[in-house]
Amino acid sequence: MEKFVQLDALVAPLDRNNVDTDAIIPKQFLKSIKRSGFGPNAFDEWRYLDVGEPGQDCSQRPKNPDFVLNQPRYQGAEILLTRANFGCGSSREHAPWALLDYGFKAIIAESFADIFFNNCFKNGILPIVLPAAEIAAILQQVEATPGYRLRVDLPAQTVTRPDGHACTFEVDAFRKECLINGWDDIGLTLRHAEKIKAFEANRRIQQPWLFA
Amino acid sequence: MPKTLYDKLWENHVVHQEEDGTALLYIDRHLVHEVTSPQAFEGLKLAGRKPWRVSSIVSTPDHNTPTDHWDEGIKDPISRLQVETLDANIREFGALAYFPFKDARMGILHVVGPENGATLPGMTVVCGDSHTSTHGAFACLAHGIGTSEVEHVLATQCLVQKKSKTMLVAVEGQLGPGVTAKDVALAIIGTIGTAGGTGYAIEFGGSAIRSLSMEGRMTLCNMAIEGGARMGFVAVDDTTIEYLRDRPFSPKGDIWEQAVAYWRTLHSDAGASFDRTVTLRAEDIRPQVTWGTSPEMVVPVDAVVPDPARENDPVKREGMERALKYMGLQANTPMTSIAIDKVFIGSCTNSRIEDLREAAAVIQGKHIAPNVKLALAVPGSGLVKRQAEAEGLDKIFIAAGFEWREPGCSMCLAMNADRLEPGERCASTSNRNFEGRQGAGGRTHLLSPAMAAAAAIAGHFADVRDLR
Repeated sequence: MEKFVQLDALVAPLDRNNVDTDAIIPKQFLKSIKRSGFGPNAFDEWRYLDVGEPGQDCSQRPKNPDFVLNQPRYQGAEILLTRANFGCGSSREHAPWALLDYGFKAIIAESFADIFFNNCFKNGILPIVLPAAEIAAILQQVEATPGYRLRVDLPAQTVTRPDGHACTFEVDAFRKECLINGWDDIGLTLRHAEKIKAFEANRRIQQPWLFA
Repeated sequence: MPKTLYDKLWENHVVHQEEDGTALLYIDRHLVHEVTSPQAFEGLKLAGRKPWRVSSIVSTPDHNTPTDHWDEGIKDPISRLQVETLDANIREFGALAYFPFKDARMGILHVVGPENGATLPGMTVVCGDSHTSTHGAFACLAHGIGTSEVEHVLATQCLVQKKSKTMLVAVEGQLGPGVTAKDVALAIIGTIGTAGGTGYAIEFGGSAIRSLSMEGRMTLCNMAIEGGARMGFVAVDDTTIEYLRDRPFSPKGDIWEQAVAYWRTLHSDAGASFDRTVTLRAEDIRPQVTWGTSPEMVVPVDAVVPDPARENDPVKREGMERALKYMGLQANTPMTSIAIDKVFIGSCTNSRIEDLREAAAVIQGKHIAPNVKLALAVPGSGLVKRQAEAEGLDKIFIAAGFEWREPGCSMCLAMNADRLEPGERCASTSNRNFEGRQGAGGRTHLLSPAMAAAAAIAGHFADVRDLR
């Protein structure tokens, strides 16, 4: 997993609540047995005017000019700014894979769905929760300022606006450490392998029906 | 100190806990399907690891498999490769049970696990599928995980977790005729919102919940995720234990007695406290239909499509306007005047025998309306299908103009050939009405099997209570 420490990047807005994982990556693309290559199909139904199918050359497809991420000013954005309950719905990790492959490294929202939030950390994406009023203020600034960037500092847990205003965000200490170091948590868990074995052996005796 | 059911389930699975509360939780049952596992098996192999305990794995393909012409196999080569990849991974590593494509016991994982007794009270159950919350009906700590966590569970038999907050959703009283677990689920989501349960584990309680069958409890827990909660559960009672008796993987003999004694402790203690409590009166719940593109956009069937002009929050108002545009609906239209094109009875929410019986009772002796282009009845598993056929339900569906299909996820998420065309409107017993969920441009209205059956006959949404 890529490390996440600091990021100073262009911001793209997605000004709506309840962006679900079906919207982030529609189901026809989940047939892939790979982890990569989902970026061209991120937000497929909103982004293109035709119906997407796996294996297409997306550069040749008609783009929806009304979809905000298609505006030239947001090309190259690495921070996605949105409202409440982002990533609701399916547990598909293809959603963070698609966002990462598209180029987003941080997502700022009023709130996230639990499974999506968790999946982000497994892929080096930092999901940041900010208060609704702060999101509304940044959305206004983004709208008014082409080339609008934010600076994200994970060790300091701050998001800093171009006007110098900084706000802090909460992040779980363990997840923060994993992101900053790019750690694979399977390796971390396996440090406790002996403890897992002992727990399992005891469980076999206490609740034998679980080991049929 | 009195404990909640969640406290008990949590404490029973903690292998290791850090000072900040981050814990390693032991996983008893790992359900594996074709869509969210290939990358996990690949990661495992690349790291030179092996599954920790293959006897925890129960697996079947369900998302991609066709529901008709099984003799022709899986025509879509990309879908076929995904299913074959699952076959190969299970062949290489093993499993407690694998029901491959076309097996007599194949079906939707969340139907297959419980009906085989592979979901037992007190278990932690995970799967790379958000509707794993279904298994909470058996007082399991059950939730969906992403593919990285699928790999984590394969490799370590554990998950890194932090304790959730607890919410008690109590439904007290007696449900009226024609009002089902699906209506209860939708009414709850309409009350708390799709993010209302975020960060919570929900326990469903109250007299109306205790009166539900296991099928009804599975429907309810299945939809916990649509209320934002990764997991929802119901305490063990006689209904739970009777359901599990003599299932293929249920314990037998002395071990059964030992298990039952433990299972009887799986309830919240009197006086246990929850972070939040929500109470609904069963008598207030009417048959529900969604009108928008989020499960919280739901009204009783005898209501009208809500008017965004009456919403004060500008972001919500814009969301409602966008939903109405997508759904092709006008505010203040009576729900019962909305005509439908297709009907889907199936999915991990509503494809069990009780669901099929309820729908069949409504359509018996009647025929689908001329404007209904397609009505699908898709049993949740091979076993459900055989049971339904033994009861003659297939004949009722077919006589009414329904197609009687093979089991699978089907048009709930339209990964196979069962899907809506752009603009088509569907009365669906599934769980998500998101844009494009049942096919690009398709319009989904969620409702109960009885209500879907009523809509199929009427050609528009209809109050099933008027048909009885």
